[in-house]
Amino acid sequence: MRFVDEYRDPAAARALAARITSLGGDDHYKFMEICGGHTHTIYRHGIEHILPTSVELVHGPGCPVCVIPMGRVDDAISLAKEPGVIFTSFGDMMRVPGSQGNLLKAKAEGADVRFVYSPLDALRIAVDNPGREVVFFAVGFETTAPSTAVTLLQARARGISNFRVFSNHVTIVPPLKVILGSPDLRLDGFLGPGHVSTVIGQRPYRFVAAEYGKPLVTAGFEPLDILQAIAMLLAQIRQGRCEIENQYSRVVKEEGNPKALAVLREVFEPREQFEWRGLGLIPGSALKLRPAFAEFDAELHYQLPGIRVSDPKACQCGEVLKGVIKPWECKVFGTACTPETPIGTCMVSSEGACAAYYNFGRMHREAAVALGRTSPSPV
Amino acid sequence: MCLGIPGQLVEMDNSHEHLARVDVSGVTRVVNIGLLEDEHLRPGDWVLIHVGFAISKIDEEEANLTLTSLQLMGQAYGDEMEAFRSSDAFR
Repeated sequence: MRFVDEYRDPAAARALAARITSLGGDDHYKFMEICGGHTHTIYRHGIEHILPTSVELVHGPGCPVCVIPMGRVDDAISLAKEPGVIFTSFGDMMRVPGSQGNLLKAKAEGADVRFVYSPLDALRIAVDNPGREVVFFAVGFETTAPSTAVTLLQARARGISNFRVFSNHVTIVPPLKVILGSPDLRLDGFLGPGHVSTVIGQRPYRFVAAEYGKPLVTAGFEPLDILQAIAMLLAQIRQGRCEIENQYSRVVKEEGNPKALAVLREVFEPREQFEWRGLGLIPGSALKLRPAFAEFDAELHYQLPGIRVSDPKACQCGEVLKGVIKPWECKVFGTACTPETPIGTCMVSSEGACAAYYNFGRMHREAAVALGRTSPSPV
Repeated sequence: MCLGIPGQLVEMDNSHEHLARVDVSGVTRVVNIGLLEDEHLRPGDWVLIHVGFAISKIDEEEANLTLTSLQLMGQAYGDEMEAFRSSDAFR
């Protein structure tokens, strides 16, 4: 139990670990944490090593940077290179590789690429540069999409005509359906995402229990939250229940944030389909601007290459994002692919499973092996 | 970009109905609180901030828990705070 000593409340962590061990018994349970923030917490705090062997955590597709396919990055770079365009992006997307390099390379080659903290920063740049076109590279799940929506409502209300959005917003339920329907993955339950659920609430997950017979517990980001949510999943299974529960009720409300959902619906509509890295084309899994906002839609305003590009052969981000393999099982992990020179997206974002494992998990794992707490081979 | 960082409302910004000045670890910035208009926020309240928008009202204990976890993240939190500091959407 060396790893729990750095927790806020080591005694509570030990008690939860003991409860999980007792509930898990001699069986083997596989739970997927959907959210990249959870993946980060799990590796940062060595949670895998305080869990009994009866519980295995599988990392899911909930890192919005990681799931953007290469072809969309190529489209972004093409937009950045349009004459007169100021291309704005969150910092995380700057190093995500396209087929011919990333946005940082485009910037070095002369494109005007600027990193912004908020979509409102991008709108401000548009106001300050009336003679230029400003494109915002919008990525993120339902957590982030309302911010883009409010920004677009402001742009329209203020009559700002040189602002465009390249929408790559995605939604969490469609990829969950793909994962639940996937024959190569047997899962016993889910840790539901924290921040996405503050917006969408708990109701959209009901199908997970009702149609697929799997429990889901929405969890907070503290190590104790994760442990408690795992104990709640096991308790459900032991008691023969299958429900959608909320461990993070101090932040997440059953109904989510109705105001955020309303602005989302006002500005965006589902795309027919969208390509996800590793998961392929998923129907209705992303958001595009509604026709009423067509003047702000970068995809309508510019000619984009729009070419689907397969991932580099060596890269196994797809399998990592589906939870089929662990980061360290990828052939290029930690050798050709590192946070400094990422080949795949999972190594770029701090919430990506590979980067989280590279930065923290390795040390915990090596320490755990040294302490004889776990076997060096993948579970 | 995926982080939610806790901030405490310092004052409402009279230039726009949905803006408020918040303090995040000693850094003060204006953020948009329009997504929480049903919460009737007041100075002293704590919120979770994501890409310049308050997305959730939280209590002080939750704010402190979140801040401690974020600080343990090291560089990812440093980058987020740096970005927050550099944001000039509302200057």
